[in-house]
Amino acid sequence: MGEVLAASEGVVPLTQVLSAPGGSPIDLAWLIPVVPAVSAGLLLLFGKRLGRLAAVVAITAMGYSAVASTAVFAFLVSQPEDGRIFVRTVGTWISAGPLQVDWSLLVDPLASVMLLLVTWVGLLIHIYSLGYMHGDERYPRFFAYLNLFAASMLILVLGSSFLTLFVGWELVGLCSYLLVGFWFENRDYATAAKKAFIVNRIGDVGFMIAMFLIFFAFGSLDFAQVLPEAQTVLGVGSVTVVAICLLLFVGATGKSAQIPLYVWLPDAMAGPTPVSALIHAATMVTAGVYLLARTSPLWALVPEWGLLVAWVGVITALVTAIIACAQRDLKKILAYSTISQLGYMFVAVGLGDQVAGIFHLLTHGFFKALLFLAAGSVMHAMANRTDVWGMGGLLRVMPITAITALIGVLAIAGLPPLSGFWSKEEILAAAADTPGAAPIWVLGWIVAGLTAFYMARWFSLIFLGSPRWQADGDGARPHPHESPPSMTLPLVVLAFLAAVGGLININPETGFLHGWLAPSVQRYAGETPFLAEGLAIALVVAAAVAGLAVALLAFGRRWTRPAPSTGLAGAAQHAFFVDRFYETVIMVPGRMLASALSTFDRVGIDGLVNGSARATAGLATVTRRLQTGFVRSYVLAVLAGAVLVTVMFLGAGLGW
Amino acid sequence: MVVPAGYYLLLAAALFTIGVVGVLVRRNIIVMFMCVELMLNSVNLTLVTFSRINGNLEGQVLSFFVMVVAAAEVTVGLALIVNLFRLKASTDADDVDALRS
Amino acid sequence: MVAVLAQAASAQPSTAEFFVFVVIGAISLGSALCVVILRNAVHAALMLVVNFFTIAVFYAVLEAQFLATVQVIVYAGAIMVLFLFVLMLLGVDAEQDLRANPAIPAQRPAAAVLGLVLFAALAISVAGPYLQRTSACPSGEAGAAAADTAASMPCAGLAAANEQGNTQGVGALLFGEYVWPFEVTSVLLVIAALGAMVLGRKDERPEDLVDVHVEADPVAADPVGAYRADVGEEV
Repeated sequence: MGEVLAASEGVVPLTQVLSAPGGSPIDLAWLIPVVPAVSAGLLLLFGKRLGRLAAVVAITAMGYSAVASTAVFAFLVSQPEDGRIFVRTVGTWISAGPLQVDWSLLVDPLASVMLLLVTWVGLLIHIYSLGYMHGDERYPRFFAYLNLFAASMLILVLGSSFLTLFVGWELVGLCSYLLVGFWFENRDYATAAKKAFIVNRIGDVGFMIAMFLIFFAFGSLDFAQVLPEAQTVLGVGSVTVVAICLLLFVGATGKSAQIPLYVWLPDAMAGPTPVSALIHAATMVTAGVYLLARTSPLWALVPEWGLLVAWVGVITALVTAIIACAQRDLKKILAYSTISQLGYMFVAVGLGDQVAGIFHLLTHGFFKALLFLAAGSVMHAMANRTDVWGMGGLLRVMPITAITALIGVLAIAGLPPLSGFWSKEEILAAAADTPGAAPIWVLGWIVAGLTAFYMARWFSLIFLGSPRWQADGDGARPHPHESPPSMTLPLVVLAFLAAVGGLININPETGFLHGWLAPSVQRYAGETPFLAEGLAIALVVAAAVAGLAVALLAFGRRWTRPAPSTGLAGAAQHAFFVDRFYETVIMVPGRMLASALSTFDRVGIDGLVNGSARATAGLATVTRRLQTGFVRSYVLAVLAGAVLVTVMFLGAGLGW
Repeated sequence: MVVPAGYYLLLAAALFTIGVVGVLVRRNIIVMFMCVELMLNSVNLTLVTFSRINGNLEGQVLSFFVMVVAAAEVTVGLALIVNLFRLKASTDADDVDALRS
Repeated sequence: MVAVLAQAASAQPSTAEFFVFVVIGAISLGSALCVVILRNAVHAALMLVVNFFTIAVFYAVLEAQFLATVQVIVYAGAIMVLFLFVLMLLGVDAEQDLRANPAIPAQRPAAAVLGLVLFAALAISVAGPYLQRTSACPSGEAGAAAADTAASMPCAGLAAANEQGNTQGVGALLFGEYVWPFEVTSVLLVIAALGAMVLGRKDERPEDLVDVHVEADPVAADPVGAYRADVGEEV
């Protein structure tokens, strides 16, 4: 894997931790997760009675969190650059000998940026759900779950120790199960929810073992006590730190859907579209990236293993991009796109440029949420149809949705000056700069082209071309119309953010985000580019434009039928049969093992218990014959005992 | 020709054994009772022999008490047997089998 | 036969004791076996009477003359008479008695084994130490001085204890050291007699035992009615 990439730059994060002044937004920051949690509890208990009012309660709670997060951000801005890391302890949780874990928040620049993303995008999606979930019979419960999810994600982001983060981690997994399986009457949806939860769980095992190792090595799980001491306690390249980092990465692959644990995300599209937008675009799936960025001091000790992370990310991006090109379900295309973009983020974080990863996380949150909400708007108009080949020509009928979706498509394709261009460029620049990562750059360039292609295909088949849905019979023909303002307003806001969001970090070295996140992360990126910077940018933009053009021409007008599903296209359509592979290799042996153990339990253990009962009964049947009921037998027994005693005395007397 | 004291003890042991076997083998309740009396007598014989061996009369006094108690026992026992006969109309010990499953 | 008796009469007291032991012992064993073997219960009872008589002879030989008399009077005279009375009352039939009970086939073999083991154990433990010649007891006045106290397991003989006569000796013990058990056993006899009376009665009239002829208290039986009667039925 090569030598150490580069010396770490800057101060190790979290060496200087302050406590918040009373009354400041930091001091009240513990309310940020608590208010949505309380609102969720209220809605779960009294939701039915509130009815339509439940949405108002939920939006108010979410609004409070958004405003409070902005206040926290503003407060941090007002602090000097080296005084922006605060810990706010709310109460003691575990106090068991050497293990001391408190309910405390770590508010620093990285957390504040995540807070803003989660709360504001969450608020927009709450507003969107007003219109989308209108008429659903479990309307209040949906908002309760959304609030619960928001609270969980905020706990994850604000947690000041591995264990608190893990609490949030697990809770978002639970909320993902609840929300993906919201319409659990449908068997397939319920199965998708279970799949999401279980695959997440597999990753969580890695996370937990990593926590054990961290506690074993450092004696504490607090970020403020582990991260600054990483180099002194573990040393560069030690086996322990490699194990910890790889196990944390396993957890991240589960949550952020990378190879091999990504299979749950496409199935999770069974949930309502706001859920997909919130959880699977902007927040939960980014938790893995956030974890790796947060633990950057540990990764800085083993940069060559970071390269492995980058390879996993780019391979995942490539494979899922190919799959997305052949999908027919409009949400599944977006799902595979999400996995692909997450791969980009892991490339960044793995190569040591955490700022680029977080930057792409933010921009992706904007445009992917926008795209999902647009898809929801289309489904709402088309009576929940999902096959893109049954749509077409919706630009005229739903202009706002179409225009905002177009902005999202151009952003994800990476067209300048939209936000996606800046963040994607920064990631590929990191790949170009790192020695030994040139193949990663090449693959990332191919993925950029494919991304543009399949997103343009998505857009063309839905909004351009002839309206294929008009060919349906009268009964099944949908009557599409523009969505209500509660749904289009978030689209517009997100389109705006997707367009101008790149401005926060135009230049990798001097951009705002770079300086802002410096106290929170430890960079170790390389500085030896194999390609001139201008040439690299031009190549990527050219790939994006080429992809867009090909798709627009191919799908905008000419083709009216899907391609035959054979060869590569067919395999891609079936997602390269990965699910079938997992089933054969893991599930079937697992089921065999379970049935073997069940048989052992039934025959062996129960047999042992029942057998002892049967033996006792058998013994009783035999010994029952002693109780004859005749006095003479009993006399015989008494006399036999007496004779025995006599013989024993005799024996004792004779010295036997 | 002398008679060692052990000969009386041996005879008493034999009588006792015959009494035991009689209790176990006979089915007539009254005959079983008579075998019990036989056992008691053999014990009395043993006691008297030992009183002679030890040279004091305490064995004879105990034997006397055994006789008294045997008399009382026979009185009550025979009354019970009569009652049992009234209940079962039989003197077969094996007919008293209420505890038999 | 006459020669043997003559020899017995002219021999020393120990020899006489020996002959008495052999003859009477044989009769005793034989009659005991008959009690167990004979089918007819009355025959068995009569054989038991013979056995009791032989035991009485043994008591006499063993210098327990008082007990010999009591044995004849109480055992042979009272207890066996009781047995014979009950046998007469119950009218035993002889046929069914000696068949083995098929439900407990192991009874007879087990009884045989038990008997053998018991006899062996008793013989070895109780009788064994006294079977030597040295355990022979001095008989009567002639052998009082000839007691060999240095031998192993000697027999002391009752010459000294019977000095004032056997009955007097037993009486002295009974009313001296053992007066308390003596009184208790006498109470026991009274209780046994009462018990036999109670158990033996036919219970045709159980109210003989319970005082049911007295009327129940009328007020307790019907308080409200009694009150009304008192007040004069105005309510």
